Amino acid sequence: MAKVLMKGNEAIAEAAIQAGCRYFFGYPITPQNEIPAYMAKMLPKVGGSFIQAESEVSAINMVYGAAGAGGRVMTSSSSPGISLKQEGISYIAGAELPCLIVNIVRGGPGLGGIQPAQSDYFQAVKGGGHGDYRVVVLAPAGIQEMADLVIDAFDIADRYRNPVMIMGDGMLGQMMEPVEFAKKEVTISEKPWATIGNKEGKPRNIINSLFLDTQDMENHVLKLFEKYKEIEKNEVRVECYNCEDAEIIIAAYGTTARIAKNVIQKAGAQGIKVGLIRPITLWPFPTDVFKKWAEADHVKSFLTVEMSMGQMIEDVRLSIKDTKPVHFYGRTGGMVPLPGDLLKEIIKIRGEK
Amino acid sequence: MGNNPSIRHTKKGSEELEIGPERIAIFTGHFGSGKTETAINYSIASARAGKKTIIVDLDIVNPYFRSTDKKDVLNNAGIEVISPNFAGTGLDVPSLPARIYSVFQNKEYRVVFDVGGDDIGAVALGSFNPYFKQEDYRMYYVINVHRPLSGNKKDIIEMLRSIENHSRLGVTHLINNSNLSYETTFYDIIKGQPMVEEVSKECNIPIAYISGMPEVIGNLPPDLKAKAFPINIFLHPIWDQ
Repeated sequence: MAKVLMKGNEAIAEAAIQAGCRYFFGYPITPQNEIPAYMAKMLPKVGGSFIQAESEVSAINMVYGAAGAGGRVMTSSSSPGISLKQEGISYIAGAELPCLIVNIVRGGPGLGGIQPAQSDYFQAVKGGGHGDYRVVVLAPAGIQEMADLVIDAFDIADRYRNPVMIMGDGMLGQMMEPVEFAKKEVTISEKPWATIGNKEGKPRNIINSLFLDTQDMENHVLKLFEKYKEIEKNEVRVECYNCEDAEIIIAAYGTTARIAKNVIQKAGAQGIKVGLIRPITLWPFPTDVFKKWAEADHVKSFLTVEMSMGQMIEDVRLSIKDTKPVHFYGRTGGMVPLPGDLLKEIIKIRGEK
Repeated sequence: MGNNPSIRHTKKGSEELEIGPERIAIFTGHFGSGKTETAINYSIASARAGKKTIIVDLDIVNPYFRSTDKKDVLNNAGIEVISPNFAGTGLDVPSLPARIYSVFQNKEYRVVFDVGGDDIGAVALGSFNPYFKQEDYRMYYVINVHRPLSGNKKDIIEMLRSIENHSRLGVTHLINNSNLSYETTFYDIIKGQPMVEEVSKECNIPIAYISGMPEVIGNLPPDLKAKAFPINIFLHPIWDQ
């Protein structure tokens, strides 16, 4: 298929359709509206169903139902809407159902604004909803990667029977880049657990997240965590850029990683060796990669760059156990770090040593 | 007034845009077709040609990547910018200022309307309909065949007609703005031309321009050269600035 020019939001929607997603339930919110708009237009043409629910709470529970019945299903929203969905996400994780949730993050807290942010990191990777559970979180940094990760996200969700989240931001959702969809055969694995009736006399399947017996509840959570261990072992994705001789390593994902790469060039031109570790999976976090580079003598310090007051920095510090200084530079509330300002920060950190 | 102030140009190469004779230029199209970039470039060419120019950001759909974002650049080029009341504030309220009506009164100005995407964006034109009807205007329809839902004649015409219905104005000219952003080659532009020509034939609407970055558009064959519309990109993501 030839390349097309797409907004991040459109690429997510098209990729989902190509991945065999046939059910979308959502409620509009800027800056992700192109996703439901695209789905509303295209899903009926491929035999799918689009429903604009009366609220985010309703939409996520429709996802719960469709996932339970074995459908390839997704929803999308932006920060305040994702907050509303948290109860349902916890239920879906508890009931071990596969689905895709897209968060095109905007500034917060509260109703916040409509400009890009990364301040939902904690919510995405540390729980968000109640109970002991994990959601796989993928963080693309470009439109092509957005499309590719959507297709992978559905497969990861099916493989582990777990919700997967794509976390972008308003910038990635709204900007346009060329993208190519490699038309590949979609094979959706069998879902023998799905609640599709027992016409053939098979035993009834039950989708449930209620365990009134405490021992049953603990056993269920332990089983979930066995699964999470497998995910941590198999699904970590990370990009290392220019780390081989770097004295400072930037940790950044998504939009801020794009800015970091630009600044790494500028710093290099001034003789400052800066590298980048870009987590593509925010959970599972690429702990081992950070650990490895923290052990390298040439790496003097780390600099976490986020469009937040500093959230991922906690995982960076935990990963390297504070064996090297971890600095922070961020803008928040919809502000985006400017390459020039980030370069100044790097020069400042270097002077401090 | 209803006059037709024709702009006299000295002979120009394909590096310079030959702007039309109309007082009011309206840029419409499928969202993401490149309306804003073409409208900004058209305004700048108009100001360069010595004409007092105003650009009206009429986009009430998209809060990102809009002509108001380039207000400083436009002001520096001598162009006045009229924006929706809350553009750039982070408030998602589609409210238009009364000042827009002034552009129909003061006819010394050339006015460029940068309209929001799709038929939904074109609705904003509707309230000014009686004013346009009394004027000498051109309504450009910007086409990028490399955009989804714009990749075939049927889809392009469907959106064109829907924009006409929603704005209650007729498209007068087409612009072939087929591109793949920073990856655009000459081939990507030319690939769109036959399709835009088919649309032109079926709708009986002439093609005014073929747009693209100067280094690419400079290679147009002789029969198309007169339509060249060189575009300089203004709306970069922050890491490219």
